[in-house]
Amino acid sequence: MPKVLVLFAHPRLEKSRSNRILLRHTPRSEDITFRDLYELYPDFNVNIAAEQTALLSHDVVVFHHPMYWYSAPPLVKQWIDLVLAFGWAYGPGGTALKGKTAFHVVTTGGPEAAYQLEGFHGSTLAEFLRPLQRTMTLCGMTWLPPFAVHGTHRKTDAELEAAGLQYARLLGGLAEGTLQIEVLQKLKLLNEGVPAAE
Amino acid sequence: MSDLLLQAVVYLTAAVVCVPVAKKLGMGSVLGYLTAGIVIGPFLLGFIGEEGKDIMHFAELGVVMMLFLVGLELEPEAFWQMRRRVLGVGTAQLLLTALACAAFGIALGVAPSPSLAIGLALAMSSTAIALQSLKEKGLMGTAAGQQSFAVLLFQDIAVIPILALLPLLAIAPSVGDGHGGSGLSHQPGWVQTLAVLAAVAVVIAAGRLVVVPALRVVARTRLRELFTASALLIVVATALLMQKVGLSPALGTFLAGVVLATSEFKHELESDLDPFKGLLLGLFFMGVGASIDFQLIASQPGRIALLTLGVVAIKLAVLMALGKRGGLSLDQNLVFSLGLSQVGEFAFVLFAFIAQLNLMDGAMSGTLMAVTALSMTLTPLLVLLHERVIQPRLGPTRAPAREADDVEDKHRVIIAGFSHYGSTVGRFLRANGVEATILDNDSDRVDLLRRMGFKVYYGDATRADLMHSAGAADAHILISAVDGLAETQAVVETAKKHFPHLKVLVRARHRFDAYELMDLGVKDIYRDHLDTSIRLGVDVLRLLGHRAHTAYRAGQHFREYDEAGLSKLAPLRHDMKDYISNVRELIALQEQLLASDRVGDPGSADHSWDSEELRDVLGKT
Repeated sequence: MPKVLVLFAHPRLEKSRSNRILLRHTPRSEDITFRDLYELYPDFNVNIAAEQTALLSHDVVVFHHPMYWYSAPPLVKQWIDLVLAFGWAYGPGGTALKGKTAFHVVTTGGPEAAYQLEGFHGSTLAEFLRPLQRTMTLCGMTWLPPFAVHGTHRKTDAELEAAGLQYARLLGGLAEGTLQIEVLQKLKLLNEGVPAAE
Repeated sequence: MSDLLLQAVVYLTAAVVCVPVAKKLGMGSVLGYLTAGIVIGPFLLGFIGEEGKDIMHFAELGVVMMLFLVGLELEPEAFWQMRRRVLGVGTAQLLLTALACAAFGIALGVAPSPSLAIGLALAMSSTAIALQSLKEKGLMGTAAGQQSFAVLLFQDIAVIPILALLPLLAIAPSVGDGHGGSGLSHQPGWVQTLAVLAAVAVVIAAGRLVVVPALRVVARTRLRELFTASALLIVVATALLMQKVGLSPALGTFLAGVVLATSEFKHELESDLDPFKGLLLGLFFMGVGASIDFQLIASQPGRIALLTLGVVAIKLAVLMALGKRGGLSLDQNLVFSLGLSQVGEFAFVLFAFIAQLNLMDGAMSGTLMAVTALSMTLTPLLVLLHERVIQPRLGPTRAPAREADDVEDKHRVIIAGFSHYGSTVGRFLRANGVEATILDNDSDRVDLLRRMGFKVYYGDATRADLMHSAGAADAHILISAVDGLAETQAVVETAKKHFPHLKVLVRARHRFDAYELMDLGVKDIYRDHLDTSIRLGVDVLRLLGHRAHTAYRAGQHFREYDEAGLSKLAPLRHDMKDYISNVRELIALQEQLLASDRVGDPGSADHSWDSEELRDVLGKT
């Protein structure tokens, strides 16, 4: 059974309705580990050894965070810079993450239509995440497209609950092995690979 | 009236001239006052004559006040913890010294009973001289300081039984009954005992039940001089009560001090009485200087010199042995032993009493008085000798003379004071490869740290010469981590005056000390509690369920806001001089702080990552 590691990063979760709802749907399972980075490292002093140990014992790494200025919150970058060490995650002998899978779960304030080539932002979410994608593939990880909850500012609680259920099915399916990595890889957004709530 | 004014002018001038000179020569104020007394005394300039003794009697109030202040700094629990040391070391010192001095007397041909009586008197050390110089050098907290205090305290307690026992040594019935002051000495023993116990009970009960509420009333009047008057009244009234029942006034006021140590007026009493204590002690030392009978000394110089040196040597030997048994290092032991090697002011009283009992004649009494005064003068000289000659040779404890080619030793950082605060800074720097030169004036701690491989020097960062030998001329940064405000200010002033190139980072105990340091122009002030208390507050927020990073940022905001408020409120403080009590000042200031916290919530401008705020705004469009 693949083990899933969710690295959650939100500097102000108490002010984020959408992420609070998503988190409520994180399945309780021995195969899914949830790490709340801003809660663990409020002063950005990331425990490198602890993070590396966590990575080693999991197969799928999920970066769950809101999109801020077309990127992840600063602690995610701090985490990457410190944890993905030379000679461990990349470079000579840096094979610790080889063969694992990585993807992002993101929330955006803007609607899905804005994240299109012809949309308001002029690029897709996957394109904005390109540097992070390259980071993971450089470490030998398989990159999956993001799972996105768009338009959070205008979504109703019910709509967000539905997104939460979908999120739960995604994590659960990965942990149980019912979702095939090869299939997911070909999608535009992971949302398409998981049936939405009825 | 004009006589009084003239006398005041003589004393004050002598003090103002001699004490700064003595300080400049590194001799401490005690020697300065003593010299001033000798200069204006009957044998040199003759400005003052026989009334010197009366002045001394009056000036003993200074000693009494000093004990009151010492008591104020000692909370009852700390006092209780000291009891074993006071009894153990105190008894041993008194008995051994008395017996040795008595043997010395018998060897010189004095009869056994008078010898023993005189021995007991000579065993006394001078609280005034010993404590004053320990405090001046900031050594009260060291092992030597504690040991000295224990011995002195026991001597103060022992005066009462000694006064009671001396008549038993008298062969001939005494001429006068009792000794000066005690109105109860003709009463049977049990009455006296009861009176003593009752007086102690009165001091303790009155301290708790009467004095503190009364001080509150006085404080409310906001008349500063009235508070000062009350402080003086407490001391003088306690002294009088103690004298009436035959207890040592110093001991009584010490007790009163301990009782009031936990009251909110502790600091106010301290700061109000301190100048009086200083002046009266100065007067006392001048009185001692003036009372030295140089004619008597000149008539038999050899005999008096031999007696003085003999007595001091005996006292030193006993004290050194006790210090060694008490586990003091040689250096601390010398501080302790030399500091207490003189015959104390109580001996004057005891000699008079012994003469009254016909145990010795007037000539001998005069000789012993001269010996006592000389031994008091000898102490500061011995201490000076120790500081300048013996201590530098006792090993590596003192900052060495700087060698020009010793580049490796030139540390860029100097830490003054290596108690908990300084040592944490030092350890942190050392862990990051920065070796600092450390100055500390607790020689035991210095020895320990040296064994641990720290570069620590025994010394006082308020002294420019020591700072120089510690390499201040080449250093970049001076960290002041000493404890009290006065010491901190002295460190800062020395650095500003002699080493203006140094960047000075200063620890302050609290907001008030920070204000004082800001007045000195210090920019980098680190308040003891600020960071830790905010950190604790942040942890409380987390325990209450706040997000860790939000709480962390709230802590950071608050610290910045509080630091900014510090400089904003600093000038306002000068408008509050009317407030009589530090405590009241603190409350007023906290009121001000809390009020401004409400207006300018330190976190109110922080909307980063706040999606709810965003949603509100978007929802309105």
